[in-house]
Amino acid sequence: MVTVSMEIQLALAGLLFLTGLVGLLVRRNIIFMLMSIEIMLNSAGLAFVIAGSHWMQADGQVMFIFILTVSAAEVSVGLALILQMFHHYRTLDADALNRLLDKKKMEN
Amino acid sequence: MNTIFFIAAFVAFISSVMAISNRNAIHALLYLILSLLSISVIFYISGAPFIAALEVIVYAGAIMVLFIFVVMMLNIGNAKELEKKWLHRSMWIIPVLLAMVLMAVFIYALNGSVQSRTDTEVIGPKQVGVSLFTTYLIGVEIAAILLLAGIVGAYHLGRQKKKVIHRFMNQGKKPAGKILTNADV
Repeated sequence: MVTVSMEIQLALAGLLFLTGLVGLLVRRNIIFMLMSIEIMLNSAGLAFVIAGSHWMQADGQVMFIFILTVSAAEVSVGLALILQMFHHYRTLDADALNRLLDKKKMEN
Repeated sequence: MNTIFFIAAFVAFISSVMAISNRNAIHALLYLILSLLSISVIFYISGAPFIAALEVIVYAGAIMVLFIFVVMMLNIGNAKELEKKWLHRSMWIIPVLLAMVLMAVFIYALNGSVQSRTDTEVIGPKQVGVSLFTTYLIGVEIAAILLLAGIVGAYHLGRQKKKVIHRFMNQGKKPAGKILTNADV
Protein backbone atom coordinates (compact mmCIF):
# COMPACT_ATOMS: atom_id res chain seq x y z
CA MET A 1 0.00 0.00 0.00
CA VAL A 2 1.20 3.46 -0.78
CA THR A 3 2.19 5.50 2.22
CA VAL A 4 2.72 8.69 0.27
CA SER A 5 0.63 11.40 1.86
CA MET A 6 -2.67 12.14 0.18
CA GLU A 7 -1.64 15.73 -0.52
CA ILE A 8 1.16 14.59 -2.80
CA GLN A 9 -1.13 12.18 -4.64
CA LEU A 10 -3.74 14.88 -5.14
CA ALA A 11 -0.95 17.22 -6.26
CA LEU A 12 -0.14 14.73 -9.00
CA ALA A 13 -3.80 14.77 -10.10
CA GLY A 14 -3.71 18.58 -10.08
CA LEU A 15 -0.50 18.62 -12.07
CA LEU A 16 -1.97 16.34 -14.72
CA PHE A 17 -5.13 18.47 -14.83
CA LEU A 18 -2.99 21.58 -15.30
CA THR A 19 -1.12 19.86 -18.13
CA GLY A 20 -4.39 19.13 -19.87
CA LEU A 21 -5.64 22.67 -19.32
CA VAL A 22 -2.48 24.20 -20.75
CA GLY A 23 -2.75 21.90 -23.76
CA LEU A 24 -6.37 22.90 -24.30
CA LEU A 25 -5.51 26.60 -24.15
CA VAL A 26 -2.32 26.49 -26.20
CA ARG A 27 -3.06 24.08 -29.03
CA ARG A 28 -5.31 25.06 -31.93
CA ASN A 29 -5.43 21.64 -33.57
CA ILE A 30 -8.82 20.29 -32.58
CA ILE A 31 -7.63 16.68 -32.14
CA PHE A 32 -5.07 17.87 -29.60
CA MET A 33 -7.74 19.87 -27.82
CA LEU A 34 -9.86 16.72 -27.50
CA MET A 35 -6.83 14.81 -26.21
CA SER A 36 -6.22 17.49 -23.58
CA ILE A 37 -9.82 17.12 -22.45
CA GLU A 38 -9.14 13.40 -22.09
CA ILE A 39 -6.11 14.13 -19.87
CA MET A 40 -8.20 16.46 -17.72
CA LEU A 41 -11.04 13.93 -17.31
CA ASN A 42 -8.53 11.25 -16.44
CA SER A 43 -6.84 13.36 -13.77
CA ALA A 44 -10.24 14.11 -12.24
CA GLY A 45 -10.85 10.37 -12.09
CA LEU A 46 -7.43 9.91 -10.50
CA ALA A 47 -8.38 12.37 -7.77
CA PHE A 48 -11.64 10.47 -7.14
CA VAL A 49 -9.88 7.10 -6.86
CA ILE A 50 -7.19 8.49 -4.55
CA ALA A 51 -9.80 9.99 -2.25
CA GLY A 52 -11.81 6.76 -2.34
CA SER A 53 -8.80 4.68 -1.35
CA HIS A 54 -7.94 7.14 1.41
CA TRP A 55 -11.31 6.72 3.11
CA MET A 56 -11.62 3.02 2.19
CA GLN A 57 -14.84 3.55 0.29
CA ALA A 58 -15.88 2.19 -3.10
CA ASP A 59 -17.58 5.46 -4.10
CA GLY A 60 -14.43 6.91 -5.65
CA GLN A 61 -14.14 3.97 -8.04
CA VAL A 62 -17.84 4.19 -8.89
CA MET A 63 -17.33 7.84 -9.81
CA PHE A 64 -14.39 6.85 -12.00
CA ILE A 65 -16.64 4.44 -13.91
CA PHE A 66 -19.13 7.27 -14.50
CA ILE A 67 -16.32 9.54 -15.71
CA LEU A 68 -15.23 6.75 -18.06
CA THR A 69 -18.76 6.55 -19.49
CA VAL A 70 -19.03 10.29 -20.00
CA SER A 71 -15.62 10.42 -21.61
CA ALA A 72 -16.47 7.58 -24.02
CA ALA A 73 -19.71 9.28 -25.11
CA GLU A 74 -17.96 12.64 -25.45
CA VAL A 75 -15.14 11.19 -27.53
CA SER A 76 -17.46 9.40 -29.96
CA VAL A 77 -19.52 12.52 -30.63
CA GLY A 78 -16.45 14.76 -30.70
CA LEU A 79 -14.61 12.62 -33.21
CA ALA A 80 -17.70 12.49 -35.45
CA LEU A 81 -17.80 16.29 -35.29
CA ILE A 82 -14.09 16.44 -36.21
CA LEU A 83 -14.74 14.22 -39.24
CA GLN A 84 -17.56 16.51 -40.37
CA MET A 85 -15.36 19.57 -39.83
CA PHE A 86 -12.56 18.08 -41.90
CA HIS A 87 -15.06 17.13 -44.59
CA HIS A 88 -16.37 20.70 -44.85
CA TYR A 89 -13.31 22.85 -44.25
CA ARG A 90 -10.32 20.59 -45.09
CA THR A 91 -8.54 21.76 -41.96
CA LEU A 92 -8.28 20.83 -38.29
CA ASP A 93 -7.61 24.37 -37.10
CA ALA A 94 -10.19 25.37 -34.51
CA ASP A 95 -9.87 29.03 -35.53
CA ALA A 96 -11.26 28.17 -38.96
CA LEU A 97 -14.62 27.61 -37.32
CA ASN A 98 -15.17 31.21 -36.31
CA ARG A 99 -18.60 31.42 -37.85
CA LEU A 100 -21.66 29.31 -37.55
CA LEU A 101 -23.23 30.37 -40.85
CA ASP A 102 -22.80 28.54 -44.11
CA LYS A 103 -20.42 30.16 -46.56
CA LYS A 104 -23.07 30.06 -49.31
CA LYS A 105 -25.68 31.74 -47.20
CA MET A 106 -23.27 34.48 -46.22
CA GLU A 107 -22.53 35.32 -49.83
CA ASN A 108 -26.22 35.64 -50.72
CA MET B 1 5.75 1.04 -2.97
CA ASN B 2 6.41 4.73 -2.63
CA THR B 3 9.24 4.48 -5.13
CA ILE B 4 6.87 2.85 -7.62
CA PHE B 5 4.38 5.64 -7.06
CA PHE B 6 6.94 8.34 -7.77
CA ILE B 7 8.31 6.56 -10.84
CA ALA B 8 4.81 6.10 -12.28
CA ALA B 9 3.91 9.71 -11.47
CA PHE B 10 7.08 10.90 -13.21
CA VAL B 11 6.34 8.84 -16.32
CA ALA B 12 2.71 10.03 -16.34
CA PHE B 13 3.69 13.70 -16.13
CA ILE B 14 6.48 13.52 -18.72
CA SER B 15 4.36 11.61 -21.22
CA SER B 16 1.38 13.95 -20.73
CA VAL B 17 3.58 16.96 -21.43
CA MET B 18 5.01 15.23 -24.50
CA ALA B 19 1.46 14.36 -25.63
CA ILE B 20 0.28 17.95 -25.65
CA SER B 21 3.49 19.42 -27.06
CA ASN B 22 4.03 16.96 -29.92
CA ARG B 23 3.39 18.12 -33.47
CA ASN B 24 2.45 14.72 -34.83
CA ALA B 25 -0.98 13.43 -33.84
CA ILE B 26 -0.11 9.72 -33.86
CA HIS B 27 3.01 10.25 -31.73
CA ALA B 28 1.01 12.36 -29.30
CA LEU B 29 -1.58 9.57 -29.05
CA LEU B 30 1.12 6.99 -28.29
CA TYR B 31 2.48 9.25 -25.53
CA LEU B 32 -1.06 9.60 -24.19
CA ILE B 33 -1.43 5.81 -24.07
CA LEU B 34 1.83 5.64 -22.09
CA SER B 35 0.45 8.23 -19.70
CA LEU B 36 -2.75 6.20 -19.23
CA LEU B 37 -0.74 3.03 -18.55
CA SER B 38 1.33 4.73 -15.85
CA ILE B 39 -1.81 6.16 -14.24
CA SER B 40 -3.14 2.62 -14.25
CA VAL B 41 -0.05 1.58 -12.25
CA ILE B 42 -0.90 4.29 -9.72
CA PHE B 43 -4.48 2.98 -9.49
CA TYR B 44 -3.19 -0.52 -8.87
CA ILE B 45 -0.82 0.37 -6.06
CA SER B 46 -3.37 2.58 -4.35
CA GLY B 47 -5.71 -0.37 -3.92
CA ALA B 48 -8.03 -0.19 -6.94
CA PRO B 49 -7.18 -3.18 -9.16
CA PHE B 50 -10.55 -3.17 -10.95
CA ILE B 51 -10.17 0.45 -11.98
CA ALA B 52 -6.60 -0.22 -13.11
CA ALA B 53 -7.88 -2.97 -15.43
CA LEU B 54 -10.69 -0.73 -16.71
CA GLU B 55 -8.21 2.04 -17.42
CA VAL B 56 -6.10 -0.24 -19.59
CA ILE B 57 -9.02 -1.95 -21.35
CA VAL B 58 -11.41 0.94 -21.93
CA TYR B 59 -9.17 4.01 -22.04
CA ALA B 60 -5.98 2.74 -23.59
CA GLY B 61 -7.68 -0.06 -25.51
CA ALA B 62 -10.90 1.42 -26.85
CA ILE B 63 -10.97 5.21 -26.68
CA MET B 64 -7.40 5.68 -27.88
CA VAL B 65 -7.96 3.23 -30.74
CA LEU B 66 -10.96 5.36 -31.76
CA PHE B 67 -8.67 8.40 -31.81
CA ILE B 68 -6.04 6.58 -33.86
CA PHE B 69 -8.65 5.41 -36.40
CA VAL B 70 -9.91 8.96 -36.88
CA VAL B 71 -6.39 10.33 -37.31
CA MET B 72 -5.73 7.61 -39.88
CA MET B 73 -9.01 8.35 -41.69
CA LEU B 74 -8.07 12.01 -41.98
CA ASN B 75 -4.76 10.88 -43.53
CA ILE B 76 -2.73 14.03 -43.20
CA GLY B 77 0.56 14.24 -45.06
CA ASN B 78 2.45 11.93 -47.37
CA ALA B 79 2.86 8.47 -45.87
CA LYS B 80 6.15 7.40 -47.47
CA GLU B 81 8.14 10.46 -46.47
CA LEU B 82 6.63 10.41 -43.02
CA GLU B 83 7.64 6.81 -42.46
CA LYS B 84 11.24 7.58 -43.33
CA LYS B 85 11.22 10.43 -40.86
CA TRP B 86 9.56 8.38 -38.12
CA LEU B 87 12.17 5.65 -38.19
CA HIS B 88 14.82 8.13 -37.13
CA ARG B 89 16.22 7.46 -33.68
CA SER B 90 15.24 10.77 -32.13
CA MET B 91 11.57 10.01 -32.79
CA TRP B 92 11.31 6.81 -30.79
CA ILE B 93 14.07 6.94 -28.16
CA ILE B 94 12.12 8.91 -25.53
CA PRO B 95 8.90 6.84 -25.61
CA VAL B 96 10.93 3.63 -25.56
CA LEU B 97 12.88 4.82 -22.51
CA LEU B 98 9.70 5.80 -20.67
CA ALA B 99 8.06 2.47 -21.54
CA MET B 100 11.18 0.64 -20.33
CA VAL B 101 10.89 2.41 -16.98
CA LEU B 102 7.33 1.08 -16.63
CA MET B 103 8.52 -2.36 -17.72
CA ALA B 104 11.24 -2.30 -15.04
CA VAL B 105 8.61 -1.50 -12.42
CA PHE B 106 6.53 -4.42 -13.71
CA ILE B 107 9.44 -6.87 -13.51
CA TYR B 108 10.30 -5.59 -10.03
CA ALA B 109 6.73 -6.26 -8.94
CA LEU B 110 6.70 -9.74 -10.53
CA ASN B 111 9.86 -10.73 -8.65
CA GLY B 112 7.93 -10.58 -5.43
CA SER B 113 9.98 -7.77 -3.97
CA VAL B 114 6.74 -5.95 -3.31
CA GLN B 115 5.21 -7.34 -0.16
CA SER B 116 1.63 -8.46 -0.60
CA ARG B 117 -0.94 -6.05 0.65
CA THR B 118 -3.38 -6.89 3.36
CA ASP B 119 -6.78 -7.57 1.89
CA THR B 120 -8.56 -4.94 3.91
CA GLU B 121 -6.73 -2.18 2.10
CA VAL B 122 -7.80 -3.25 -1.37
CA ILE B 123 -11.25 -2.26 -2.59
CA GLY B 124 -12.08 -5.09 -4.97
CA PRO B 125 -14.52 -5.37 -7.85
CA LYS B 126 -17.16 -6.92 -5.61
CA GLN B 127 -17.42 -3.90 -3.34
CA VAL B 128 -17.46 -1.58 -6.34
CA GLY B 129 -20.19 -3.61 -8.03
CA VAL B 130 -22.36 -3.74 -4.93
CA SER B 131 -22.05 0.01 -4.49
CA LEU B 132 -22.65 0.63 -8.20
CA PHE B 133 -25.85 -1.39 -8.42
CA THR B 134 -27.43 -0.37 -5.12
CA THR B 135 -26.53 3.18 -4.12
CA TYR B 136 -25.76 4.48 -7.59
CA LEU B 137 -28.35 2.51 -9.59
CA ILE B 138 -30.01 5.65 -10.93
CA GLY B 139 -26.59 6.86 -12.08
CA VAL B 140 -26.07 3.63 -14.02
CA GLU B 141 -29.41 4.10 -15.78
CA ILE B 142 -28.62 7.70 -16.66
CA ALA B 143 -25.21 6.62 -17.94
CA ALA B 144 -26.93 4.04 -20.15
CA ILE B 145 -29.17 6.73 -21.65
CA LEU B 146 -26.13 8.96 -22.14
CA LEU B 147 -24.33 6.20 -24.03
CA LEU B 148 -27.42 5.67 -26.21
CA ALA B 149 -27.45 9.39 -26.98
CA GLY B 150 -23.74 9.16 -27.79
CA ILE B 151 -24.32 6.30 -30.23
CA VAL B 152 -27.19 8.08 -32.00
CA GLY B 153 -25.29 11.36 -32.11
CA ALA B 154 -22.12 9.79 -33.47
CA TYR B 155 -24.12 7.91 -36.13
CA HIS B 156 -26.00 11.03 -37.20
CA LEU B 157 -22.90 13.23 -37.34
CA GLY B 158 -20.63 10.66 -38.91
CA ARG B 159 -22.97 9.87 -41.80
CA GLN B 160 -21.77 11.10 -45.18
CA LYS B 161 -24.45 13.26 -46.75
CA LYS B 162 -25.17 12.15 -50.31
CA LYS B 163 -25.73 14.75 -52.96
CA VAL B 164 -29.06 14.17 -54.71
CA ILE B 165 -29.14 15.58 -58.23
CA HIS B 166 -32.30 15.35 -60.28
CA ARG B 167 -31.85 13.63 -63.66
CA PHE B 168 -33.12 16.68 -65.62
CA MET B 169 -30.28 18.70 -64.23
CA ASN B 170 -27.71 16.26 -65.55
CA GLN B 171 -28.91 16.58 -69.17
CA GLY B 172 -27.40 20.03 -69.77
CA LYS B 173 -23.68 20.72 -69.78
CA LYS B 174 -23.86 22.37 -66.45
CA PRO B 175 -26.45 21.83 -63.79
CA ALA B 176 -28.38 25.03 -64.10
CA GLY B 177 -30.20 25.08 -60.85
CA LYS B 178 -29.19 24.64 -57.33
CA ILE B 179 -27.78 21.27 -56.36
CA LEU B 180 -30.06 19.69 -53.85
CA THR B 181 -28.51 18.18 -50.81
CA ASN B 182 -30.11 16.10 -48.13
CA ALA B 183 -30.21 19.13 -45.90
CA ASP B 184 -32.49 20.95 -48.35
CA VAL B 185 -34.95 18.12 -48.90
